[in-house]
Amino acid sequence: MIRRSFIGLTTAMFMGLGLATPASAEDRFIIVQSTTSTQNSGLFDHILPMFTEKSGIEVRVVAVGTGQAIKNASNGDGDVLFVHAKPSEEKFVAAGDGVARFDVMYNDFVIVAPESDPAGVAGITDVTAALTRIAEAQAPFASRGDDSGTNKAELRLWAQTDVEPAAASGGWYRETGSGMGATLNAAVGMGAYTMSDRATWISFANKGNFKIVVEGDPRLFNQYGIILVNPEKHPNVKADLGQQFVDWVISQDGQAAIASYRVDGQQLFFPNASN
Amino acid sequence: MDSFGSILAEAFGLILALDPDLVEIVGLSLKVTLSAVAISCLIGLPLGAAVGAFRFPGRIVLTVLLNAMMGLPPVVVGLTVYLMLSASGPFGALALLYTPTAMIIAQTILVTPIAAALTRQVVEDLNREYAEQFASLGVGPLGRISALLRDARFSLLTVALAGFGRAVAEVGAVMIVGGNINHVTRVMTTTIALETSKGNLQLALALGVVLLILSLIINAAVMAVRGTAQRAAYV
Amino acid sequence: MFEAQTNTTSTDAARVPTPLLQTRSLGFEAGGQRLIDTVDVDIRTGRRTVIMGANGAGKSLLLRLLHGLIRPSAGQVLWQGRPLDRAGRYAQAMVFQRPVLLRRSVLANLSFALSARGIRGRERKRRIEIAMHQARLTALAYRPARVLSGGEQQRLAIARALACGPEILFLDEPTASLDPASIHAVEELIAQAHANGVTIVLVTHDLGQARRLGDDLIFLHGGRVVETGPAATVLDNPKSGPAKAWTEGRLFFESDPWNRSQRLGDRS
Repeated sequence: MIRRSFIGLTTAMFMGLGLATPASAEDRFIIVQSTTSTQNSGLFDHILPMFTEKSGIEVRVVAVGTGQAIKNASNGDGDVLFVHAKPSEEKFVAAGDGVARFDVMYNDFVIVAPESDPAGVAGITDVTAALTRIAEAQAPFASRGDDSGTNKAELRLWAQTDVEPAAASGGWYRETGSGMGATLNAAVGMGAYTMSDRATWISFANKGNFKIVVEGDPRLFNQYGIILVNPEKHPNVKADLGQQFVDWVISQDGQAAIASYRVDGQQLFFPNASN
Repeated sequence: MDSFGSILAEAFGLILALDPDLVEIVGLSLKVTLSAVAISCLIGLPLGAAVGAFRFPGRIVLTVLLNAMMGLPPVVVGLTVYLMLSASGPFGALALLYTPTAMIIAQTILVTPIAAALTRQVVEDLNREYAEQFASLGVGPLGRISALLRDARFSLLTVALAGFGRAVAEVGAVMIVGGNINHVTRVMTTTIALETSKGNLQLALALGVVLLILSLIINAAVMAVRGTAQRAAYV
Repeated sequence: MFEAQTNTTSTDAARVPTPLLQTRSLGFEAGGQRLIDTVDVDIRTGRRTVIMGANGAGKSLLLRLLHGLIRPSAGQVLWQGRPLDRAGRYAQAMVFQRPVLLRRSVLANLSFALSARGIRGRERKRRIEIAMHQARLTALAYRPARVLSGGEQQRLAIARALACGPEILFLDEPTASLDPASIHAVEELIAQAHANGVTIVLVTHDLGQARRLGDDLIFLHGGRVVETGPAATVLDNPKSGPAKAWTEGRLFFESDPWNRSQRLGDRS
């Protein structure tokens, strides 16, 4: 009896391995290391089928924080990098891990808070002034704390204030160490302020009584870039297929596809490729 | 927060609709988990039986090690497998990262210690009864192992189920080495994590219920087979 | 304490051919206690030797030492004049007080034992048929061994031991927990094996069984041999104090050193 079930299981196992044979070079798919904001907002679900239909290339997205995406790509684990942390992206290219960086699109960051707005920052358009007031009120603030693009942008803003949030870590400043969605869930759960990219916020389904309290400061601008991982440094990179994807994203077709993505009637990403 | 009733309703709605995406995800979950459990049993059962049946130097240390490894953190296993399979890692040339095979490897590492440690306990107890008789009959080491495993087969089904439970519920390792790629490496647990991060808590919970039902069906099926076989053939 | 009587068997041994099985100053210690103490016995070919003694005298322990299941702490066991080795062990078989049967059918239990001895194919099939016939288990061939009655289980255990074709069969209180009809059936099987030339070594508490089945008798007390001789002679006219007290029902101990040593985890 057990022998027979062993045979069955073993067969299942080898079938499993068979179906999952390593990808050979001819396989028409690429791996894109990207961020949770592009994935969770639904942008990829909207634009990738258009590209696949046109090119016959399947796009496999690994959605992690920008920091981890860059690290994975610099290990050669991906063909294209599509993230939002310009200084880190430029460092990635300078280190020879990427071929060239192109602007793709932007959206912006917003600060969201419970309706009661305990620090009273609603309506303030100067983001650093708003952050300072949150710190003075010692109102809870949920930070990604995960080295993601959003986290890096948030820390750049804190650096422009007189506040040292790390000193309050564990107090009013709470680092979740998680993705945007998990951090939003945590913020809603504990009534904390948090900074999110607008796309994730709009498509987030568990808003509770939260709303946007700070937006529109130019320093909240959030630029996305795309980079082909350098095949000279990482020979397994599918340079040809990856380049086709990069070219399409910054082409008129790709840019139009990005612009056409809407949630609840709102446009989430604004294409700004330079060609 | 939604009521538990509406979560259940959504869960059954998902099952009844036989949504192709859901079917695909459930199928991959089963494929990955069952493969990992099968490989783990092929390694862990003989290993555990050997530790349970034989006395050799280092046996206690090995036993403690196996028991401790039952608590391996999935994320650590995931990271280790990632570093091994990464294009810049030692096995990068195999191009296994972000494939179901990578997920099977990670889960096999998680489940094998469970299979071995629990098998050791079962076999050690049975061996206490059989050891003298085996010695008297002059049964060799391999004969002992296979006879003990065969006679403990019904208890070992529970061992396999314990391994299945660990693997099917695990998210940390498969997320890292699989990448949660839609239609390629997305399984039940990573989908639940994804929907949670999108704030779709009700859908996430409903998927959790689907996972639970799946686990329930498999456990019930194995127990039914075990009961029938036990009654029909041996005691 | 009682003194051991002169060991008549060893003086006899000088005049007869090499005994099938001998012990030389055999000793076994566990937990700082000497459980078998300087035992010298001869088991002669074709004879039926009964080992008796109170609980705790070391009977089961001696049987396991003779069979090579445990290593002695002192002295040695000689099989046909040479130290007991693997080949010697293969010429022996043992039946335990509580039959240890695999969780399989009657047939599979027999088949397993023969396979362990490298007996396969037609020869295995032939031996299984003979064994089942002798033990009157043919009708139960496909029954799970674990659901048989106590007597049937013990018959299967003996049939399994005999199927291996041993020159000597050790039995450790094989009828201790059986009803009279089952005891009779087991004794019949033992007698049959003896008639077929198998040397028998039997541990028993049952005086009647010792008379029925015993040619020679070894009486143990406190791990030492206190009396040996023809079974009928020893039982009718015991010379040593312990054997006399035993036959008169005045001798008992609370614990068996074999069980004690098992609890101490000193099994090799």
